[in-house]
Amino acid sequence: MSVNLSHFSAAVVFAFFASIVFGITQRNSTTEMVKYGLYCFALFVGGVFLAGWVMALIRR
Amino acid sequence: MAKPTLDKDKKNAATLEPEYPLTTLAVVAPIVGWLIPGGGHILLKRYVRGILLMVSVAAMFAIGLGMQGRIYKPNGGDILDILGFVGDVGSGALYFLARIMDWGDALAANAVADYGKTFVIVAGLLNFIAAADAHHIALGKKP
Repeated sequence: MSVNLSHFSAAVVFAFFASIVFGITQRNSTTEMVKYGLYCFALFVGGVFLAGWVMALIRR
Repeated sequence: MAKPTLDKDKKNAATLEPEYPLTTLAVVAPIVGWLIPGGGHILLKRYVRGILLMVSVAAMFAIGLGMQGRIYKPNGGDILDILGFVGDVGSGALYFLARIMDWGDALAANAVADYGKTFVIVAGLLNFIAAADAHHIALGKKP
């Protein structure tokens, strides 16, 4: 089995699964778990975009 | 005069008793959770959480291997290799299965393999968090 992911898709897959674990383990009620999972996912993906723009600006 | 002493004794007894007493389940659940990702939660009848954790950790581990991520061995020599091993071994049975089947032995030097290595390590570290969570649930600290 060979998986070929781009940097961005690998980061999104990583964010997805890590957010599920963070949501379940760091909060107590189901609603809070879902909210915190979505929050973590948004921060992960937002961080990817932010880091991407910073690197693009540095490269110029 | 006797009353204050009695109150003091009661207070001492209260401070000596732990708030969350350690039970057999509180020891077994994190061990099961480490060996079988999500198993600790399933043992504690948190089925949905257990299955979600199992799928997440197993998927990250499998994707990491699919990206030709390296599996660290305990006797790597280098301190960073030892840290990599600590991360990898967090996946429990998945790590031992990978070692038995000789998966993750390829020394691919490309970016995708590097991401794969990170996926495998993080799967193990997330499983450590899940096992600690199972311990807290078994203690009664968390619903």
